[in-house]
Amino acid sequence: MVGITSYGGYIPRYRVSRMLIVQNMAWYFPVIMAVAGGEKAVANWDEDSLSMAVAAAYDCMAGKDRRALDGIYLASTTLPFADRLNAGIVAAALNAPEHGATAADFSSCLKAGTTAAMAAIEAVQSGQKNNVLVVASDQRRTKMATMFEMFYGDGAAAILFGRDEVIAEFKGSYSLSCDFVDHYKGYGKEFDYGWEERWVRDEGYGKIIPEAIRGFLKKYGMNLADIGKVVYPCYFTTTHRAIAKGLGIDPARVQDNLHNICGDTGTAHPLVMLAAALEQAKPGDKILLAGFGQGCDILCFEATEKIAGFTPAKGVSGHLASKVDLTSYQKFAKFRDLIVADLGIRGEANPNASLTALWRKRKMVLGFVGVKCTRCGTPQFPPMPMCVKPECNAAGAFEDYEFADKPGKIQMFTGDMLSPSVDPPAAYGLVTFDGGGKAFVDFTDCEISQVKVGMQVKMSFRRRSKDQVRGYTGYFWKAVPQVAG
Amino acid sequence: MASGIRDKVAILGMGCTRFGERWNDSPEDLMVEAFQECIADAGIEKKQLQAAWLGTCFDEINVGKSALSASIALRLPNIAVTRVENFCASGTEAFRGAVYAVASGAYDIALAIGVEKLKDIGYGGLPEFSSAIGVGNSLWFPNLTAPGGFAMLATGYAAKYGLDIQEVKKAMAHISVKSHANGALNPKAHLRKPVTEEQVLMSPMIAFPLGLFDCCGVSDGSACAIVTTPEIARSLGKKDIVTVKALQLALSNGTEMSYDWDGAHFVTTTRASTAAYEEAGIKNPREEISMMEVHDCFSITELVTMEDLHISERGKAPADIMDGFYDRGGRVPCQVDGGLKCFGHPIGASGLRMLYEMYLQLQGRAGERQLGNPRYGLTHNLGGFPMMNVCSIGIVGRYEG
Repeated sequence: MVGITSYGGYIPRYRVSRMLIVQNMAWYFPVIMAVAGGEKAVANWDEDSLSMAVAAAYDCMAGKDRRALDGIYLASTTLPFADRLNAGIVAAALNAPEHGATAADFSSCLKAGTTAAMAAIEAVQSGQKNNVLVVASDQRRTKMATMFEMFYGDGAAAILFGRDEVIAEFKGSYSLSCDFVDHYKGYGKEFDYGWEERWVRDEGYGKIIPEAIRGFLKKYGMNLADIGKVVYPCYFTTTHRAIAKGLGIDPARVQDNLHNICGDTGTAHPLVMLAAALEQAKPGDKILLAGFGQGCDILCFEATEKIAGFTPAKGVSGHLASKVDLTSYQKFAKFRDLIVADLGIRGEANPNASLTALWRKRKMVLGFVGVKCTRCGTPQFPPMPMCVKPECNAAGAFEDYEFADKPGKIQMFTGDMLSPSVDPPAAYGLVTFDGGGKAFVDFTDCEISQVKVGMQVKMSFRRRSKDQVRGYTGYFWKAVPQVAG
Repeated sequence: MASGIRDKVAILGMGCTRFGERWNDSPEDLMVEAFQECIADAGIEKKQLQAAWLGTCFDEINVGKSALSASIALRLPNIAVTRVENFCASGTEAFRGAVYAVASGAYDIALAIGVEKLKDIGYGGLPEFSSAIGVGNSLWFPNLTAPGGFAMLATGYAAKYGLDIQEVKKAMAHISVKSHANGALNPKAHLRKPVTEEQVLMSPMIAFPLGLFDCCGVSDGSACAIVTTPEIARSLGKKDIVTVKALQLALSNGTEMSYDWDGAHFVTTTRASTAAYEEAGIKNPREEISMMEVHDCFSITELVTMEDLHISERGKAPADIMDGFYDRGGRVPCQVDGGLKCFGHPIGASGLRMLYEMYLQLQGRAGERQLGNPRYGLTHNLGGFPMMNVCSIGIVGRYEG
């Protein structure tokens, strides 16, 4: 049996109320008042599509063996590198095997996530691969006072495909590929360029998704009555509803488009919605998934008995439930680099990141992999040639030790106003990990007034540097203080 | 069997510039200013210098690499000059080089000079650290600054002893008030205005829980020393000879950051001070040390250091501080010249500046700040960060041989 063996998601913790955007920007473009309801998920200043992809991948891989991955497919239209395998960075962050694993980017189209899922399924079906992780993520910058700013949210989802412990069996797929352009982003351009809404709604989503669904049903001789949940994106909520009505689908069997609580997460959205649907699925439920963009991909799954005992680590719903309101539009605009604020001369320092040093330290920096001394058993970070325990100091007697998924506690910390930061004060401190080991790291997703010595932390892969001159984005792990728990 | 440095080397002369925002002076100007005072004090001619050591830290904004800057600025007579750099211990490292050279018998008379020109970068605080930590660490180190790095220690200390952070802040405020009072008496100090505890506690937050008045001055300056053997010093007609009793250095090996550490003390200082007392023949530092100049880059550093120097018991530094034990009129006056807090902190010069004050005090030349009959003066530098640092300790005293 081939199908989904795990799934997870990541929605960043900040929410921007659409009313906040209206209050700040309707003077410029009053039309946005028409969609003033609800809120959208917004990435923190140190998050991007790649960091969110890693978070979703960890959510999906909790309890699964990351060493067993032989395929890592990353889908996004907002990848940090045009020429450097972004999926390779995700693979390194997962400390996945380098040998025998294929990492690949799927990009340039919002249905790249479903296309990547099809490729993963085909690889597993063919017997060429055993465990392929598909991660889809988008963090799309938008111009101020646009409908895109109202509709787009940030998020990621990850689905693991394999043959063992299948929780949703693959039942078929269908693709419609055509050069229908509702919006595009030209090479080297910062923002999407979109055609008028009526075109996108009526000729795009409204026609192409139903056509693809009909094509799928015809191919497999199925009818919609067989389907328990239909999952398709469309950020126009009325059109989203109209598509179901046109196909004769009971609204109760249509997966919510998350417009009100998350916004449209682009390439990630079909998989984010799928992950949300899987959380509710019962054995025997059939799920039809559509991805939209220059055509439409359709995939069909049927939940197995195994889905009953399965819960994702935090999942899409868990992330949607733990949220903090971002109540400053200026802060949101600064986080997205839409406005210029002075970082001070101290913030100008801009040495290049050493690619050679990164290669040597790739496990440590991207995977947050430390070492454990095989003589004395001491876990330690950063990895050094000799054991740190004074009574041991053995040289070269180490095995890898993953800190990324280890919980820890804050031993000491500060909130630094002198450090150049997009979101001052820069919080950082020394963290001691359950099971041993320490690390001196930045903190993120916290208010300094709530941070205390002894507080639990979880580690999170984040953007650490963004070199505007050389176009380089650097990543490392930060500690997230668990304020609520 | 090594016998230590005690009484093998004497200070022949010292010099120190006024520290401060010396906008119109180059590092070369500052070196010459300190040197001229020093060589006049020593009463020798430049050609009698046989070797020299230069201490600087941030070379990239300062005098550049190598010791050529000192050799050229001072027009030294083509002698051996060596640049040393070990974060905030750089000045003491220059002194150690010269002292050890004389003690070895390789030279009779040697110079140690430290200088730092910090106010050429266009922003407050120390220069940013990207060039100081190396390309490997640049890939993962937190976005830290000096105040942030030391501020962490306050949260660690409060947690270890179960104190409210405000109690720690109060003792920290007393430290700064005391140093400002001392600095006001020192014509060479950068910051010369007394402050109140309330002003310190109300100052703007720099790095939680450190406010502006918990942070030392960022200054330009230079200090230097000429050293020789006690015998030569005596033959040159010197009286009230001050000799080196101990010079110790201890560096972190990664245990604080990666293994076992309470986050409430300096491992290096604890070790270096024990070794220094042994080298100097001091049994009970709380009773025998007459005065100290410690590395008060931040008030919390001074607070914790009082325990690591084995003067205050563990957890008791706040009580000693609030009792006035370290005030100028207290049992062990600390930062009599104003400290880094008010004299200022041109990094490469700081260790030598501390020795300068001890030297003046031991010779009874400290003017308004003069203490009564001091015997041993201790200097202490702490470079880097609480979780990885370089600590140097010097003890000087009257030559009783």
